Amino acid sequence: MSAAPLLEVDDLSVRFDTDAGTVHAVDKMSFTLAEREVLGIVGESGCGKSVTAMSLLRLLPPTASISGRARFDGNDLLGASSRRLRRIRGNEIGFVFQEPMTSLNPVFTVGRQVEESLRTHRGLSRSAARKRAIELLDLVHIPAPERRVREYPHQLSGGMRQRVMIAMAVACEPKILIADEPTTALDVTIQAGILDLMRELRERLGTAIILITHNLGVVADIADRVVVMYAGRKAEEAPVRELFARPQHPYTIGLLGAIPLPGAASKQDRLREIPGRVPSLAELPNHCAFAPRCPRADELTRSEVPPLRSVGPEHLVACFHPGGEWTQ
Amino acid sequence: MNGAALEVDGLKKHFPVGSRLAGGGQVVYAVDGVSFSIAPGEMLGLVGESGSGKSTVGNCILRLLEPTDGTIRLLGTDITHLSRRAMRPLRRELHMVFQDPYSSLNPRMTCGQIVGEPLRMHAIARGRELDDAVAELFDKVGLRAEIRFRYPHELSGGQRQRVGLARALSVEPSVLIADEPVSALDVSVQASILNLLRDLQAELGFSCLFITHDLGTVEYLCDRVAVMYLGKIVETARTEELFGDPQHPYTQALLSAAVVPDPEVQRKRRRIVLEGDIPSPMAPPSGCAFRTRCPLEHESAPRSHEEEPLLGDIGGGHLVACHLVGPGRAAPRLIDVPADVLEAREA
Repeated sequence: MSAAPLLEVDDLSVRFDTDAGTVHAVDKMSFTLAEREVLGIVGESGCGKSVTAMSLLRLLPPTASISGRARFDGNDLLGASSRRLRRIRGNEIGFVFQEPMTSLNPVFTVGRQVEESLRTHRGLSRSAARKRAIELLDLVHIPAPERRVREYPHQLSGGMRQRVMIAMAVACEPKILIADEPTTALDVTIQAGILDLMRELRERLGTAIILITHNLGVVADIADRVVVMYAGRKAEEAPVRELFARPQHPYTIGLLGAIPLPGAASKQDRLREIPGRVPSLAELPNHCAFAPRCPRADELTRSEVPPLRSVGPEHLVACFHPGGEWTQ
Repeated sequence: MNGAALEVDGLKKHFPVGSRLAGGGQVVYAVDGVSFSIAPGEMLGLVGESGSGKSTVGNCILRLLEPTDGTIRLLGTDITHLSRRAMRPLRRELHMVFQDPYSSLNPRMTCGQIVGEPLRMHAIARGRELDDAVAELFDKVGLRAEIRFRYPHELSGGQRQRVGLARALSVEPSVLIADEPVSALDVSVQASILNLLRDLQAELGFSCLFITHDLGTVEYLCDRVAVMYLGKIVETARTEELFGDPQHPYTQALLSAAVVPDPEVQRKRRRIVLEGDIPSPMAPPSGCAFRTRCPLEHESAPRSHEEEPLLGDIGGGHLVACHLVGPGRAAPRLIDVPADVLEAREA
């Protein structure tokens, strides 16, 4: 990657001030996204992966305080005026949410919702927007798009609604598509279709994708590069093949061992258990957050936050004792 | 099968929907003729996508729903229409673990009371004896003894699911119905619950109906698998056979769609993407319920439009409901078969 990346996030931190104290949802995250790249951000619930994505478009409630920089197209997204941000949202950066059931407006037709961003950002006339909406529904492989544009979200199945969400997100041919758990609420046979669609859109429109998921299988399928998050921090980052072939952070290794592999599960002796639980973000320690669950933890791990270090080409690990085995 | 722990025969559950006044009177065919049996100590995985009726099967067996038709036999006793009172002593033999560990534990009871309740209800233990039994159960499911005095809201999801499991196993049931017991949990916690369930099954020897949408989990845990589609079982086989040599086009599609957390494998796999969505169970297609999405529909038509395929044995207890499959006639291969399975077949 010699050219400047499309998106460059640097030292992103997000805190929420709540009655129960300050919650550090994201702590000094940095990552980049190249053009046409699919970046997977993986982690368990509460690791800050969704908050990271939402903070880029400032979609968080006012209780969130965000610091850091996110350079996109010569602008700092985090410092941009709301006027500028409005021109970016849905136009240059599209967003697909997890819940296709609740993120569509039930009282407007599907067509009208797809047309909205076209009319706002592109200034298309009503009829031109309708024509484009039909094309877009066709692009995301919704059968009979001329009829579907006039239907309401409740008339569509979950898979179809997610396709509508994607059609809305790519309506203005954004440079970046952020997809937050786009297939989690869907059945596997539907999930396969959505993943194929995202791959196709990347090919046809050249959209770079940030895919947020807890499913390592989805990442293995579609991502070029992967960031593993744990407790608001980046634990590991590597190109996808490198990450799965040579995971270095004990958390990544633990996660990979914890999943029953279809096709090989009967041969697996036992699933790996990661003892303990994900720490509460309200009491994020000022040492390695994984230490209480880690078989490699020692004095050093329990006294300092491990810095990211390079362990291979484009392979970064935040661990004092990186290595390929679960124990040291 | 004689001596089966649980036997389900021709189970149907139809839900009437819509107002009859408004010309409604429609019926949802949630479960439409499901038969299977589970041998003592066997784990049967019931797999299907949302809306396939797999949870309804579990709820009918537990008598949380009244079946429309068919029979359910628990240890040889017909429990299909037993009254609540007559059912009560048999509840000792049949227990369940639910999907959501947040709503399936009473928030006003301590975890110790929750786990001890079945023992009290069935008058198995009381007083000091009860306390000891509960302590032992907590130890068995890997919970610290002091958690007995905590309330469910103080526990994590994984701990709550352990409490649920301890409660279900407290009376040493013959049959455990587990409905998506790990799908609400984080990946790193899922593994420990699955391992625990496997250990406890080996130790206590109960039979288990494991209901899930996750194929990897089934393969890891179960001896036999039944695949459901639109209220019917389309294929049943021993786990190795079903994963190694799936026959029904739906099973093949389902296996091909499951993602493997390994980019080298995942990106080489042939994937069948099914057209369309699962049809409404209010108006299932005529003939074969899968024909509207079947990639082999052109081969099975017009028979698949008129005649419903029945589950038939293609050898060794491998049952398939497909017009294209019969004894000595394997289904067209839609997905790549693992090399070691081919080798074994040729040898």
